[in-house]
Amino acid sequence: MREIIVTMGTCGISAGAKDSADYLDKLLGGETKVKRTACIGLCAFEPTVLVNEDSKKLYFFINMKDKEILESLNSFVAGGNLDSALKEHLMYEGPYDKINEVLFKGQKRIVLRNAGWIDPYKIEDYIARGGYKVLDDIRAGKYTQDTVLEVVKASGLRGRGGGGFPTGIKWEILKKQDSSEKFIICNADEGDPGAFMDRAVLEGDPHSVLEGIQIAAYVTGATKGIIYVRAEYPLAIKTLRVAIAMANKHNKLLVPIEIKEGAGAFVCGEETALIHSVEGKRGMPRKRPPYPAVKGLYGQPTNINNVETLASIPWILAHPGEYEKIGYAKSRGTKVFALAGKIVKGGLVEVPFGTTLRELIFDIGGGIEGDKEFKAVQIGGPSGGCLPKSSLDLPIDYETLKEHSAIVGSGGAIVMDEISCMVDIAKFFMTFITGESCGKCTYCRVGTRRLLELLTRFTDGIATEQDLTMLENLAVKVKNLSLCGLGQTAPNPILSTIKYFREEYLAHVRGVCVAKKCSFSKRDKRV
Amino acid sequence: MEGQLSSNLIKLLQDEQEKQGYIGTSFIKELSKKLNISEAEIYGVATFYAQFRLKEQGLHLLRVCRGTACHVAGSISILEQLKSHYGLDENKDTTDDKFLTIESVACVGACSLAPVVVLDGKVIGKASVEDIIQRIEELR
Repeated sequence: MREIIVTMGTCGISAGAKDSADYLDKLLGGETKVKRTACIGLCAFEPTVLVNEDSKKLYFFINMKDKEILESLNSFVAGGNLDSALKEHLMYEGPYDKINEVLFKGQKRIVLRNAGWIDPYKIEDYIARGGYKVLDDIRAGKYTQDTVLEVVKASGLRGRGGGGFPTGIKWEILKKQDSSEKFIICNADEGDPGAFMDRAVLEGDPHSVLEGIQIAAYVTGATKGIIYVRAEYPLAIKTLRVAIAMANKHNKLLVPIEIKEGAGAFVCGEETALIHSVEGKRGMPRKRPPYPAVKGLYGQPTNINNVETLASIPWILAHPGEYEKIGYAKSRGTKVFALAGKIVKGGLVEVPFGTTLRELIFDIGGGIEGDKEFKAVQIGGPSGGCLPKSSLDLPIDYETLKEHSAIVGSGGAIVMDEISCMVDIAKFFMTFITGESCGKCTYCRVGTRRLLELLTRFTDGIATEQDLTMLENLAVKVKNLSLCGLGQTAPNPILSTIKYFREEYLAHVRGVCVAKKCSFSKRDKRV
Repeated sequence: MEGQLSSNLIKLLQDEQEKQGYIGTSFIKELSKKLNISEAEIYGVATFYAQFRLKEQGLHLLRVCRGTACHVAGSISILEQLKSHYGLDENKDTTDDKFLTIESVACVGACSLAPVVVLDGKVIGKASVEDIIQRIEELR
């Protein structure tokens, strides 16, 4: 028996996956509907379709858009053979349990263990793959709060939103607070442009996050869970609502979970700003201490954890002692990366820390599109840095990237080729940041604007070498003197591009843009 | 405190944005009375978040994604060309006949399909100016 599975996240739907699924339903006829899952992460090849043969053999097809190829697929599933047309769309044919080794070679899919494989609207699918087993065991009295906490601490799990703070310690601080009301907030704001890891987990495996929240609540004594999701993710919101209702119906919620939608503010990814947003206010950060674990939402002890962090928890507890064996130096476990830009296999990958940038981009990501050369990888979003060719052999881990003026961040990795102008990229991020600065502190509010003006002098072709010195000095000041993470990390793209691509800034002073991107419209009009 | 009506302010504004396409001054006045918060405070929240518009929206909404991957794929040129085609600029985002509003959005999270636009809620990947204009005109 061959079962068809169509992977359908936001990207898949946009690439035509829903139309393909509907057409396949029509071809199959009767009441049969193909199984619809969400994003499996091979975004560059959407719409993608899996065929499961008795859970013994799997076929993975890519670019399944045209009616003719869907008709071929239908014939194949009905018992036919793989025709030549279909073979051209075949990316994997082999044993059921070997697909990860082949299709996702080099990866270790823990957070992404279920996405694309399960119907996110069916709690039974999640349970059939071991979901909620840990929670059930906890409720059956198998583990104490301290036992669970020790496993999480030992795992070395660090906040995957970018902060990298040890999750176990965060939970421990919350656990110690004496309060009748405590909150676990799942930060699903995913504000970094170019990051879509959390979206895929929320759309494809929402219960992994719900279970993570419940386990966190058990350990810390939290009384309520809140998921703060960005408004730009309507499908994720819808999927979560259904999942929460189902979890409730199946009695899987120790504490109630509420969804709060973001309203379009990057700064609300910062914990104190996020809290203010949940409280219905302007999302403006505040000074810390007090840290949210002590005084957070509505003044009560609160932990804010990222989607990826929470989705890792059920796996970590189902495999005690295993997570810490994966990784590098002080960065244990895995990280999901969203590969985009000029890369062949754009999409979501999950790799153990210690994987090098070269392995990530070339081995797993398939290298650069077309006949172009690799120039840089922007990693960590607006808070991150641009790393050049000479950095490709660096192992990915929190401390190593920080030493090299970049950050792991949320996991967005945009690959650039020789036609990208690094000054333009720095300006792009600063344009974004000036729009998102909340305005509270002077160095960020005014400083980022001045930095943008300076960068524009470069892209307009009217900058001097003195401007470069001023740019660098001001960038350092904004970094050191801003109130919150937004302002403190906003200068990173500037500082890293000056560090690795200083020549490009100097070339702009001379009126040359090596990528031929900047038009220097104002240069000839200089007095 | 949890449970206070004011903690629902953003949700109430979102519902109104969804229903009317923008947050009007009369709505702010009404809400101020209901929640017992000043109009200034509500205005402060409404202007803080990118999701809320204070001016009427066109019948159709086109959002051009300006995320990093889309930027690298040329989204700024797409945005500029579309705005120019419909006679819009930084100060004017809705056509005079109120048919179309063009906005930019920070990131839709569909980076592999860059450049991305969202037309009336539908995500369109690998967008080209000609294709988008055609789709918009088909809506007339």
